[in-house]
Amino acid sequence: MPFKRYVEIGRVALVNYGKDYGRLVVIVDIIDQNRALVDAPDMVRSQMNFKRLSLTDIKIDINRVPKKKTLIDAMEKADVKNKWENSSWGRKLIVQKRRAALNDFDRFKIMLAKIKKGGLIRQELAKLKKENAS
Amino acid sequence: MAPKSLRTSRNPDLIRGVGKFSRSKMYHKRGLWAIKAKNGGVFPKHEAKPAVTDAAVTKQPKFYPADDVKKPLVNKRKHKPTKLRESITTGTVLILLAGRFMGKRVVFLKQLPSGLLLVTGPFKINGVPLRRVNQSYVIATSTKVDIFGVNVEKFDDKYFAKEVAEKKKKGEGEFFEAEKEEKKVLPDNKKDDQKTVDTPLIKSIEGVADLKPYLSARFSLKSGMKPHELVF
Repeated sequence: MPFKRYVEIGRVALVNYGKDYGRLVVIVDIIDQNRALVDAPDMVRSQMNFKRLSLTDIKIDINRVPKKKTLIDAMEKADVKNKWENSSWGRKLIVQKRRAALNDFDRFKIMLAKIKKGGLIRQELAKLKKENAS
Repeated sequence: MAPKSLRTSRNPDLIRGVGKFSRSKMYHKRGLWAIKAKNGGVFPKHEAKPAVTDAAVTKQPKFYPADDVKKPLVNKRKHKPTKLRESITTGTVLILLAGRFMGKRVVFLKQLPSGLLLVTGPFKINGVPLRRVNQSYVIATSTKVDIFGVNVEKFDDKYFAKEVAEKKKKGEGEFFEAEKEEKKVLPDNKKDDQKTVDTPLIKSIEGVADLKPYLSARFSLKSGMKPHELVF
């Protein structure tokens, strides 16, 4: 089982620990065996340990340590935002965030909706069972 | 001619204990020469006030306590009502955490002068009447109900005071009889107050989808819910 996601310049990664938890960053340079220089459009370029990064499938085409403007253009060209939000990993994170921000009233409304949905499913199932039996 | 009370001294301090002006200078500054001149060269003499003899005015009390009792010091501080949490505003839906209505979702009306919160179910929706509740026993949700047209001016802590029943002297025979249980009936004016407060509320509640069943249901923690992570 070979590795598929490599640490390289242009690899998009997700920060999984620390102040920038949950942010998507791009690796723009390698400092040493443990650390990389990372950058994002809304962040000051800084160093991070690889242990804080989870690599994603997305890679963009940049040179070593690009200027901020170049980085932003390259991210637009590769359409990182949309690719991330349509990937299953990205979608899961979005759903988690939405669930965490639910109001008590929202949770109640969701409960009602789930019960309704379950009821409809059971109706259809009963119908199909009846057709099958006859 | 009332002088300014606590009038500052006309003799400023150079150093503590040493004034700027000498005795003769102060005599002139205070105008004592003018008082003397007005009174013909001498200071005015006042007659001694007649001493009020207490014995003639008050009678000796017939009972003294055995030891001298110290009087407590005067305390004129007035309590302010408890500071209301920022998340609690008029019309906020609150979750009651303790008591008979534990878990019920109720509508907040106003804070009473004692600091307690005035709250109502509304009664027709979840059975909670106009009631006082302490801020500490309440979770404030971010759901708000429109309190337009609800007048809660007349409610204060005296409205909720317990009725003092007249004490009847019990005879011996009555102890053995079955006690006549007097049911405490809620007076009609309180029922009417409940209705006047609730009708505009119920109207605005029915305007929002699912709000009525939300208020009828009780809140409970289910499996997997972490209160410190929940957003209310």
